[in-house]
Amino acid sequence: MTVKELAKILGATTVAESDFEREINGGYAGDLLSFVMGRAMPDCAWYTIMTNVNVCAVATLTDCAVVVICEDCTPDEMLVARAKSQGINVIATSLDMHSAIALVAKNC
Amino acid sequence: MQHIHLEYDVDGNNFVSAGQATENVKFCLKGLGINPQMIRRIAIAMYEGEINMVIHANGGKAIADIYMDKIVVQLVDTGEGIADINQAMQPGFSTATEDVRSLGFGAGMGLPNMRKYTDEFEIESTVGVGTHITMTVKF
Ligand SMILES: Nc1ncnc2c1ncn2[C@@H]1O[C@H](COP(=O)(O)OP(=O)(O)OP(=O)(O)O)[C@@H](O)[C@H]1O
Ligand SMILES: [Mg+2]
Repeated sequence: MTVKELAKILGATTVAESDFEREINGGYAGDLLSFVMGRAMPDCAWYTIMTNVNVCAVATLTDCAVVVICEDCTPDEMLVARAKSQGINVIATSLDMHSAIALVAKNC
Repeated sequence: MQHIHLEYDVDGNNFVSAGQATENVKFCLKGLGINPQMIRRIAIAMYEGEINMVIHANGGKAIADIYMDKIVVQLVDTGEGIADINQAMQPGFSTATEDVRSLGFGAGMGLPNMRKYTDEFEIESTVGVGTHITMTVKF
């Protein structure tokens, strides 16, 4: 599944677009950044409700395909700016993490 | 032996600039054509170390030495130090404040990640003097 396809399934809005044709492989859900850095695999979709700029560092380090900000959380301006400059895909959905992932599973 | 030596000041209490040293080292390793898996491992470990200095030590120094066959990263601070290193190394142990936790840090997984992702990991710390971490990833 590509980032574009995932965004469509989740009815997600675009926060920062770099390469929405990028292929997603797996997923990881979590807000504790050290857990994410310890567990998230490259090319995954990372589901979180964190909205600060450190999300960008973690997204780059894990090389996730896309950050999915859940539950209508509003990303900080600094996150948006840095995601754009660093080429990180970020989308936002009103769904909570469980509902979002369940929906993706149903559409896989 | 010829090698690349890089040094950075890590600003205490600045979560926005935190990770800059790691970014620079990553860029350098990429330019040298180092295997992305190895870059990922040292970059995550180094970022955890940078963040720890910001959160727990009011800043410090990040030093990277890149050789033909390995990278050695040192994180040196003159913060409050760690009283019980074994306890600090336990997954889940954290003294992070509420403020820091609200940013997503404070899971107590940073030091365990640093050990997990590196081939060699050494930590020395003295209360009231500071902490010195040395990590190596072999290419
Ligand atoms: N440079 C340091 N100076 C002083 N204390 C430190 C330093 N690094 C770590 N510590 C202590 O060790 C504990 C564990 O560190 P660790 O990185 O594993 O977890 P954390 O930073 O609290 O949370 P996380 O890394 O998951 O965001 C810290 O809470 C802190 O008490
Ligand atoms: Mg830490």
